Order: sequence, then structure tokens, then C-alpha cells
Amino acid sequence: MELIVGFVTGILWGYIFQRARIVRFEKHAGLLTLTDLTVLKFLLSAVIVGAIGIQLFTTLGLAPYHLKPTHMAANLVGGIIYGLGWALLGYCPGTMGGAIGEGSFDALFGILGGLLGAMAYAHTYPFWKKTLLAVGNYGKIHLPALLHLPPLGVGVIFAALLLAFIVFLEKMGW
Amino acid sequence: MKNGWSPYLGGVLTGLLLLASVLVTYHWFGKPRYLGTSTAYVKVAGLIEKAISPETVAQNAYYQKKKPAIDWKVMLVLGVPLGAFWAALRNREFNPRWVPGVWRERFGDSPALRALGAFVGGFLLIYGARLAGGCPSGHGLSGMSQLAVSAFIVVAGFFIGGIPLALILYGRRR
Repeated sequence: MELIVGFVTGILWGYIFQRARIVRFEKHAGLLTLTDLTVLKFLLSAVIVGAIGIQLFTTLGLAPYHLKPTHMAANLVGGIIYGLGWALLGYCPGTMGGAIGEGSFDALFGILGGLLGAMAYAHTYPFWKKTLLAVGNYGKIHLPALLHLPPLGVGVIFAALLLAFIVFLEKMGW
Repeated sequence: MKNGWSPYLGGVLTGLLLLASVLVTYHWFGKPRYLGTSTAYVKVAGLIEKAISPETVAQNAYYQKKKPAIDWKVMLVLGVPLGAFWAALRNREFNPRWVPGVWRERFGDSPALRALGAFVGGFLLIYGARLAGGCPSGHGLSGMSQLAVSAFIVVAGFFIGGIPLALILYGRRR
């Protein structure tokens, strides 16, 4: 049953991805060359809804967090390696499959590369565990705990800042 | 390019999809499922390796942490191409292509060169995402919505790596 729920969620998500043009190489290359911010606008508006909603859920006890641990060095270096791959590939892990659904078959090779990348990571994980993953290891922390402020308040302020940023982008004609 | 959705509509719907997913999976199956896609590559990579050599997978610390299986995450990622295909068909936007336009302008129309670029890009993308602990969905959407500290570091890394390389590869044109 859980598998079916996951599959249906994926289908809906893929439908949204295609309609909002997020699956296209041009949109990702456009974001990284700062010429077309469609992908950023999409992500930021999703986070505005997500941040308020998730903080509301956790505050009301409707659902718990599932925080990813903070490993300062690995988060940053991994993010940069991801960024290099993103620029070359022009798709991201979630939208890659959607690109194929729209007929961009070059994404198939991205998926094959991704599977090999996952295997390579599984076999080099012990090395990173001893090195990068041990640097700046703060566990599962989030901003409200760090700032000693109520999560819902921080969520609303963060969402408001993102909204202000979006309004600024639109005003600048981006 | 006509009749698509605004990125803001797509983003808000994605935010609502995240909220619905967290609520439904937590109340039906006891564990909140935050949207995330790069782990699915590890699960499938592990299944492929398991078919070749079960002992290697059994002894691998990372595959023991992320057990190879068809789970909710894999089904989510499999659903995306189907949803995108459905949306593309309904709107007559299914266009088979092997080389994206922006890539062609810069590197010519060789499908082999594009396939190589996509393969290497996909490798770095997933390798980096696993080291960082997630991709724009797991860290960007779900992580930032939870206000996780790790998410902000990783997202900064995506752009630190991606923007300079994309500017070198594709140049800055509007």
C-alpha cells in the first residue's frame, strides 16, 4: 500500500514538473547561468508553502520532523560536487525521469551515470565516514533550536523573507 | 512553450504535495515520508549489485544503512516519468530528442558527446548528493521546509559548484 502511495505521489509530481517546465535542460542551464530563474521560483514557492505547513504540523503534533544530520564539510563538498554534475547534466535527480517522460532521452544517460555514482559512493563511504563526514558533525539540528525561537515563528519569518525575495526578483524583471 | 503553468503554481502545488505526503504516510504507515529522490538511486544500485554479488552488498556499510529494495522512494521516482509523460501527451508536448538545444549551440549535435556529458554529470550529481545527504528535493524542498541547518549549507554548495561551471560551459545569454 505504501508503495502505491509513493507511486501515485510520483505521478502527480511528474505531472506538476512537466506543466511547470521544470524538467527541461534549458531551465536548469538558465538557472545556473542566471538567465532564467523558473526552477528557483518553483523551488522557493514550494518551500514557502512547505515551511509554514511543516512547522504547523510539528507544532500541532500532526506529524514529526525527519531531519537530515548536519555534517558541515560533507554537506558543503557534496553540494559542490552535485553542482558540477548539475551544470553538466542540466537535470536534477527528481526531474531526470520527468525529462524522459517529455522525450528528452539524453536524461537516460544521466540516470545510468547516477546509478554508477550511487555504487561508487557506497564503496567509498567508509573513507568519507572517517574523513569529511566527521568534520563539523552537529547531528540533526534545525534553525529554531539553534536560535532558541519557536519553530512556527521562524517558519513564518523564513517564508516571508522568501516571498519578499520573489517579489524583488519579479520587480527586477527576472 | 505555450500553455504551461506559472512556476509559482507548480511550486505551491509541490509544497501542498509535500504536506499531503507527510500527513498521509505518517498517519497511515507510521513514518512521515518527506519528498526526496537521490536515495532511490542507491536502493536500485544496491539491487543491481546484489544480483551480481550478494556478499559484497551484505558487507557494505552504506548498503546496510540504505538497504537495497523497491521501497516508497523508488516508487516515487518511478512515478515521475509517467506523470510527466501523461502531462506531455495531454498537451502535445512530447518531443523526442537526444541533444538539448542549449547544449547543441555550444557542443554540436553529436548524441554521443551529449550522452557522455549526461553520464558524467549524472555520476557527479548522485555521488555529490549522497555525500551531501540529499538533492534539491530532499535538502532543498523537504530540508528547508523543516528549517534544517544541513539544507542551507547543501543548497549553497549546489550553486557554488553549479554557477561557475555552467557559465563556463554555456556562457551568459538572455
